[in-house]
Amino acid sequence: MAGNIWVLAEASRGQFSEITFELLALGREVAGQAGAPLEAVLLGSNARELAQKLGAADTVLYADNAALADPVPESAAAALAQLIKEKQPAAVLVPLTNISVDVGVVLAAQLGVPFLNYCKDLKAEGGNFTATCVLYGGKMEAAVSVSAKPAIIGVLPSARQADAGRSDKAATVTDVAVTLPEQKLKFKKYLEPAAGDVDITKQNILISVGRGIQTKDNIELAQELADVMGGAVSGSRPVIDQGWLPLTRQVGKSGMNVKPKLYLALGISGAPEHQEGMRGAQLIVAVNTDAKAPIFNIAHYGAAIDLLEFAPAMKEAVAKRKGA
Amino acid sequence: MDILVLMKVVPDVVEELEVGPDGKSLDTSFLRTILNERDDHALEQALLLKDKHGGKITLLTLDAADIDDVLFTALAKGADRAVKIGGVESAQSTQTVVKIFGDVIAKTPGLLPADLILTGVSAIDDLDGLMAAPIAQQLGWPYTGVVTGVTMADKTATVIKEFAGGVRGEYDVPTPAVLGIQAAEKPPRYVPVAKVRAAMKSATIETVDAPAVEAAAGVEVQQMAKPQVGGHAEMIEGSPEEVAEKLCELLAQRGLI
Repeated sequence: MAGNIWVLAEASRGQFSEITFELLALGREVAGQAGAPLEAVLLGSNARELAQKLGAADTVLYADNAALADPVPESAAAALAQLIKEKQPAAVLVPLTNISVDVGVVLAAQLGVPFLNYCKDLKAEGGNFTATCVLYGGKMEAAVSVSAKPAIIGVLPSARQADAGRSDKAATVTDVAVTLPEQKLKFKKYLEPAAGDVDITKQNILISVGRGIQTKDNIELAQELADVMGGAVSGSRPVIDQGWLPLTRQVGKSGMNVKPKLYLALGISGAPEHQEGMRGAQLIVAVNTDAKAPIFNIAHYGAAIDLLEFAPAMKEAVAKRKGA
Repeated sequence: MDILVLMKVVPDVVEELEVGPDGKSLDTSFLRTILNERDDHALEQALLLKDKHGGKITLLTLDAADIDDVLFTALAKGADRAVKIGGVESAQSTQTVVKIFGDVIAKTPGLLPADLILTGVSAIDDLDGLMAAPIAQQLGWPYTGVVTGVTMADKTATVIKEFAGGVRGEYDVPTPAVLGIQAAEKPPRYVPVAKVRAAMKSATIETVDAPAVEAAAGVEVQQMAKPQVGGHAEMIEGSPEEVAEKLCELLAQRGLI
């Protein structure tokens, strides 16, 4: 296959995201199948030292430019577009995160090629790529052939283990120059999550509610159960969007990554974006009326019943046991 | 200020989805569709901006079963004009939909100029691209996605974009701009059925013909199937009380309660 395999490294405020290493692990396999080198691309400003940590790649292409200091997708995409024109990679693996997805879609739009979305696995075969993509909120998977050149592939978190993409070897870093147009988008500042609320990443037990909770008033059912179990209430995106729980309680892609001892998912379907934030929990128990909800594929125990009936029953059962 | 909202319907995943006879697309015979949830948030964000600054909201969508209900509901909420694109086969790739929208936006009188084009940042059927960035590219406008808040002052939109872990970023974007909305600042508003019925009587939905566009290439579905899962939860059967009892036992064994 003509062209190298690239991984867009994601660094936020001086630290690599885990997904960078997951993509290097996947990229290594794909590069092996394609018989091509694996290259990581790091875009930043004064970040050359960071590039050393990408030793799992054969080479790191490091572009240093003041305009790449902040997360401005149009600048990162313009830098990548220049490098792609110059070096003609076969594929660019882009982290499907809120930070990097915009880089991928702007880049694809600039190059006039598709942006393959929701990819969870990728192979190089016979000069093209074959991807497995997760569609319809995890209800279907598609085997997809990608003939676009270059192939811009948005890869979901957890496609591989991050550890498989780490290396103690210092990376071979090649400096590359990019000239960037003036930014239309101006990054002003980071907004930190409001302090003072419960830190759901530090809880042993999380009672997490999703769309199945139906109304704001029903949150109280989850709170009462959390109180008796000694945990806290968290939620999936729809509950946060409705304003029923604050942003600090959100589990998933845009919210927190939680690893409690018990994650009790009530009325959560388990879309890939949600799974991203909770699959590391030690014990996952799911209650959902839809017996085919994707949450049951990663839960250890499940019950296909209505959470509105389960929560009070569970509260009573726990209280009884604790009182006994 | 004038806002154009791009919307589409997607399969309702609350329903059971089946693979069609071709083995690579959904069986559409009993498929129920709903407005893409992110597009509903894009509409809400447009309504919030109109509440504050006045102006006009135009809706643009592809024709589909039940789309009139979606459009009349949006009109009842406060949108001013609704345009649907007729003659498009269902289940188009996102890249093709982008081309159709792009052509219609350029050629249909009154859709432009606009201060903002808002659309959902993504949809559950977006396989070969997301909508907003290529529309922005075509118009030469700035774009930003994963947006959860928009404030307008003069010709600049100050937008909040989500990152991860509850951290967000604030950006200034010169308008006109295309924004991919993740969530509106407030949940989508409720509109009484009576108001929707009134909109059905008083408002009209315009139809424009779909332009002939070249089908998108570069990404092709070979096969579609329900996911093969590595594992499945051990299901606890019984009444809610029985499930609670059994679960309590399991949790107690693990020292969790």
